[in-house]
Amino acid sequence: MIGTLTADSAIHVRDVSRDFQAGQETIRVLHDINLDIRSGQLTYLVGESGSGKTTLISIIAGILWPTEGEIHVFEQNIYDLTDTQLVGFRLANIGFIFQQYNLIPTIDAAANAAVPLLARGMKLKEAREQAREMLDRLNIADQADKLPSQLSGGQQQRVAIARALVHEPRLVVCDEPTAALDARSGRRVMDLLREVAVAEGRSVIIVTHDNRIFDLADRILVLEDGRITHDGTTMPQEG
Amino acid sequence: MNWIAIRMLTGDRQKFLGLVFGIAFSTLLICQQMTILVNLVQRGANAVYNEYTADVWVMDNVTRTPEVNYAMPATALDAVRSVPGVEWAVPHLRSAASVRSSEGNLEGVAIVGVDDTTLIGLPHTMLIGDADSLAKPDAVIIDDVGAGKMFGEGVNPVGERLELNDRRAIIRGVVDATPTFTSQVFLYTRYSRALTYVPGTRNRMSFVLARAAPGVTPDELAARINEQTEWKARTRDEFAQDGIDFVIENTGIPYNFGITVMLGFIVGVAIVGLTFNLFIRDNIKQFGALKAIGVTNRKIAGMVATQAALVGSVGYAFGILGSVLFIYWFEQAGPNFKGFYSPWQIPIICVIPVIIILGLSGWLGLRSVMNTEPAEVFR
Repeated sequence: MIGTLTADSAIHVRDVSRDFQAGQETIRVLHDINLDIRSGQLTYLVGESGSGKTTLISIIAGILWPTEGEIHVFEQNIYDLTDTQLVGFRLANIGFIFQQYNLIPTIDAAANAAVPLLARGMKLKEAREQAREMLDRLNIADQADKLPSQLSGGQQQRVAIARALVHEPRLVVCDEPTAALDARSGRRVMDLLREVAVAEGRSVIIVTHDNRIFDLADRILVLEDGRITHDGTTMPQEG
Repeated sequence: MNWIAIRMLTGDRQKFLGLVFGIAFSTLLICQQMTILVNLVQRGANAVYNEYTADVWVMDNVTRTPEVNYAMPATALDAVRSVPGVEWAVPHLRSAASVRSSEGNLEGVAIVGVDDTTLIGLPHTMLIGDADSLAKPDAVIIDDVGAGKMFGEGVNPVGERLELNDRRAIIRGVVDATPTFTSQVFLYTRYSRALTYVPGTRNRMSFVLARAAPGVTPDELAARINEQTEWKARTRDEFAQDGIDFVIENTGIPYNFGITVMLGFIVGVAIVGLTFNLFIRDNIKQFGALKAIGVTNRKIAGMVATQAALVGSVGYAFGILGSVLFIYWFEQAGPNFKGFYSPWQIPIICVIPVIIILGLSGWLGLRSVMNTEPAEVFR
């Protein structure tokens, strides 16, 4: 079994499997995954399409139920929670960065970044103020009043990062955060994530197959056919 | 989150306008058609309301409305007068006749014979001339809408000579009367003269108009007349309602307007449902992202409800405004629509289909949001 098991981990994944139904056929996309992830670590989930990395990150983030196994996030078995409790847990503890950013196109950058705070019930003015501070930390405070369509891809990704961090979650999950960016913008986004997210003791898990940023990882987990086949600080050597 | 919901909706201007248009169009169609229906149906009561002094109308048992009546013998007047609680009772004649104008044109008219002495039965307001001019030889008074029909809008018909049942009639005035359902030309004249204008039958008197004495209610008087005579007595409001019921029961108007109202509803569901569904589908990724981030289904339902409420209130306001303007324009456009108004109850009734349209559309849209797994935003 590959995967480091430690007692002081922020995330414990134990014997997790996940099946999908394809017509009459049941397909197992994750096989008995065991994994621990510490705080303050930038962890990459790497693998080919269909290897199960998106399924695994979705299960860790509490948005997809495992077929078998247990997930403890910050000592909470998240799939023991009710639906409503799980939604609340996500809002309190997890920040999301999506490949396509998924910003709301009709509200400005500050409002987009403020969404988790608004979801918590914070007043709009206060939430926008807090979001502006986060945008400032990401060096795009001057773009706060612009709509997503008026921003470049890199700027939109930074707004998405601000949205993921504004409510100070302990875990940040990212799906291909550099896929839609050029090499330079991609590296800058990753530098920012390391600087703003990882440095503050958060766990950051990134699903990627962007080999331009592999050198920035603290830990790389390679998935093949639903199994972790490599766990190290660098990518395995070919052959 | 409601602020975000509103911005999501209003930011997509095309869809927002499409949704507002859908609701406004439905509201306009439903409200305007219901208003016309109510106004048309209420015309069944106008003949009664044009006569403003009588508390009770007495008639033959088979008479149904002021227009659909069966004449009574003249003795009915004495029978009514003999009932305790009658302050006064006068004869009233309503009959169809053909009139020949001075140009030789033939026109169907309604002859109304009012009491010779008191002129009870004549509408209240004279527009041209004087009610007392009915005392002049061959005098008739024409209603204003009828005058426009017979002689053209704005033409003063006073002095015009007509031929009724081989007898001469001279128009001496124009009275302000609300058109009835049949939209006939009304010629008012004294009862004794009206008897000469309508074709001769044994009985001529259509109604006895009666007033309750002080201390007697119209209901009590009507009950007494029903009890003590062989004639049917209806209070003013009851007989007005009979006229309305007759129109509803004997014409296809409610069905025709009902079909249009239903079409308005269906068009509203189609436009609003499709556009709202399209809007939700365009934003499904954003809704999915919100769900992943930790926005509860309840809050998302609140967002969709806010969007529906915004579209509904703006669209409804435009629809009602359009309907009121339409009816106002109708009323101004010509004498055929004289007296048309927008009853306050109709905008309230129109809220119901709007809520149903938005409820259906919102529910359909919400279903797709609720069925969206947050994990789908990672795919």
